[in-house]
Amino acid sequence: MATLPQKELISGRKVLLSGNEAVAQAAWEAGVCLASGYPGTPSTEILETLASYPEVHSEWAPNEKVALETAAGASLAGMRTLVTMKHVGLNVAADPLMTLAYTGVRGGLVIVTADDPGMHSSQNEQDNRNYARFAKIPMFEPADSREATEYLKEAYALSERYGLPVLFRMTTRICHSKSVCFTGERVDMVQTGYRKDFLKNVMVPANAILMRARLEEKIQELTEEVESSRFNRTEQNGALGVITAGNVYNYVRETLPEASVLKLGLTFPLPRRKIAAFASSVDRVFVVEELDPFLETEIRAMGVALGDFSPPRSRVGELSPEKVSLLFSKNPAASTQSKEAGPAEIAKAVPRPPVLCAGCPHRGVFMVLKKMRLVVTGDIGCYTLSALPPLESMDTCLCMGASVGMAYGLERGLGPESKKRVVAVIGDSTFLHSGITSLLNIVYNGGHTVTVVLDNRTTAMTGHNDHPGSGRTLMGEEAPSVGYEALVRALGVKFVATVDPYDVGRLRNTIQKALDFNGPAVVIASRACCLLPEVRRQKTPKVNLDQEACTACGACLRIGCPAITLDGESGKPRINLAFCTGCGLCTTVCACGALSL
Amino acid sequence: MSDGSTTNVLIVGVGGQGILLASEVLSKAALLAGFDVKKSEVHGMSQRGGEVNSHVRFGHKVFSPLIPTGQAHFLVAMEKLEALRWSFYLAPAGIMIVNDFRLDPASVASGKTTYPEDAIQRLARSYNRRLVVIDGPEKSVQAGDLRTMNTVVLGALSRFVDLPEEYWLEGLKEHVRKDLIEVNRRAFDLGRQAVLYKPSD
Repeated sequence: MATLPQKELISGRKVLLSGNEAVAQAAWEAGVCLASGYPGTPSTEILETLASYPEVHSEWAPNEKVALETAAGASLAGMRTLVTMKHVGLNVAADPLMTLAYTGVRGGLVIVTADDPGMHSSQNEQDNRNYARFAKIPMFEPADSREATEYLKEAYALSERYGLPVLFRMTTRICHSKSVCFTGERVDMVQTGYRKDFLKNVMVPANAILMRARLEEKIQELTEEVESSRFNRTEQNGALGVITAGNVYNYVRETLPEASVLKLGLTFPLPRRKIAAFASSVDRVFVVEELDPFLETEIRAMGVALGDFSPPRSRVGELSPEKVSLLFSKNPAASTQSKEAGPAEIAKAVPRPPVLCAGCPHRGVFMVLKKMRLVVTGDIGCYTLSALPPLESMDTCLCMGASVGMAYGLERGLGPESKKRVVAVIGDSTFLHSGITSLLNIVYNGGHTVTVVLDNRTTAMTGHNDHPGSGRTLMGEEAPSVGYEALVRALGVKFVATVDPYDVGRLRNTIQKALDFNGPAVVIASRACCLLPEVRRQKTPKVNLDQEACTACGACLRIGCPAITLDGESGKPRINLAFCTGCGLCTTVCACGALSL
Repeated sequence: MSDGSTTNVLIVGVGGQGILLASEVLSKAALLAGFDVKKSEVHGMSQRGGEVNSHVRFGHKVFSPLIPTGQAHFLVAMEKLEALRWSFYLAPAGIMIVNDFRLDPASVASGKTTYPEDAIQRLARSYNRRLVVIDGPEKSVQAGDLRTMNTVVLGALSRFVDLPEEYWLEGLKEHVRKDLIEVNRRAFDLGRQAVLYKPSD
């Protein structure tokens, strides 16, 4: 354990920052003037933090593609810009990205991709380092918050030196870990203004052919520069050599203090000579990385003989100090032997998965959909939790916006028998992100799909972020709020109805009418998230339980409300008044009238 | 794995119990004491009533933001079932501080699983005098607000972690809403007093 160190002078600029806060701080220091992104764990706090710096115009875009295109435009004016998103967001922004590498940028442009190895809050664990190679753009990978502050500033300098967008790759353990940082002053960048440049900015084939070749040249030049970059550093120590990057570096240093380490901070393009020199300076050299063999494949292709792990390193899930230690263990089988059954084994039998909050307006919708026994194509948001017990009323979850297109496709696939069976469910923020075009497709191609938009006036899952339907901007200014009914009608949908999801009777009737309607239909289940401050401030009556009247039928326990627990002895429910919001949804399933408001 | 100069504290509980606030206060206290500090947790899905854990490590130089399993010098559990769940993180001579508080997971409410009623007894059998049980619900109400349960437990932890009390209080001041500082201060003191003996005594 640590013993108290000699008291040192604590400077006011020494702070504990998460990786996300560090990126925001460094972007401000680097003179960034515009930042845009779409919320997504683990990236969200970057823009949330940056919004408090008045010198930076920070905004939530409806989706990641719009965010990157906005930044590309601002960069044309010579402005330094930041774009943030989670890993899957870069798929949405990939279209502008691939060609932005050709046109290049004027003001420094950095794209933060926050990857989620281990899928703590994601639908996949794609390794976005591949995007750097794919798009042919330089990539930085910090290992912790302090490196994030240093690397980001260099990323802007490099972006402007080469006129290239830069990929800044973080992972959950960097975004959401805090470490000691030193803050600095803001550098105000001189804006250069717009210059028309047909050859560089208009990617018609004749120009793109030239810029394509120019991109290869830039990467060649960069390959020379990275050889001497201080962001790729060697820590010479023992005869065992490890090449690593990102947070994994910390696990390597923790578990192999004697190893020599080549710590790569710039991971595309790679420094060939530096890697070869490092490999020849040690007896054996291994690559330790998370997810895809990104470094390993490149380094093997250089002809460097790498050590093989036995058994091979798993490409699945995130690494940990234990897993890194196991890779180098002489006898991994012995180390993986199960620990003796302790108290932890008992707890395993009682999992604690996340649930929809008490008072969540989504609950009403899924209670109804479950009762109606419909096939429900779902989407990304808090409401994805309704796929889990006890509601279990969502059938699919693929990616942002997929619910609407999949419902339509499922209907086509099933033929006439699908009528009145399939419903798409999509949150307000997700609908605005990428649901609108799918709805347009249904209208255009003669589908009759029912879409339920869950309008809770916020992007709740990621921490209550504003969006074009919430009436506020990221920086807290009032904004126009999209009118869903008018929008949907303008697309050509003839059946549109807005219902309060707490009113389950009316909601069920409306969804039934929508299913019966001959043509595409949209039902907007509209009620603000119960965690929004303006909703929390409202004083509401709590649910009352009449013990005498209760028959212990258990119906209220099956709506998955965390305010209702089971009394083991009586078999009757117990209402936790500290959690109850008085939404009354449980009273609608109580046949004996024991629950009332 | 550890070089022996790092202190590892794992704080666990249920979303909404103030785990992150507790780890912020501890991290700040360690930072004020001049240590290198790393703190790690996962946001997102876990905030909807799911399990939450926060790793805090401090020492002269900290590399990994995650505590290796079996190396937590202190396991602080705001809820009993979570104490069981994370117990495999405790180091051989580590101390476990458990809030005597129960929150049923959804699977218990729906009757699919049963809550281990004897959680504390099981922990006592496994950890004996290394187990410290704190009556957080009672102490927090005594302090004036049930929501200060996390601060009560933090107060108890402060008796074991070698950091000056003033740094803890400074951390509290920085991370607690202004109008709640007084009640949290009381809760912290009640937590400190609740430790009747130290396992090392």
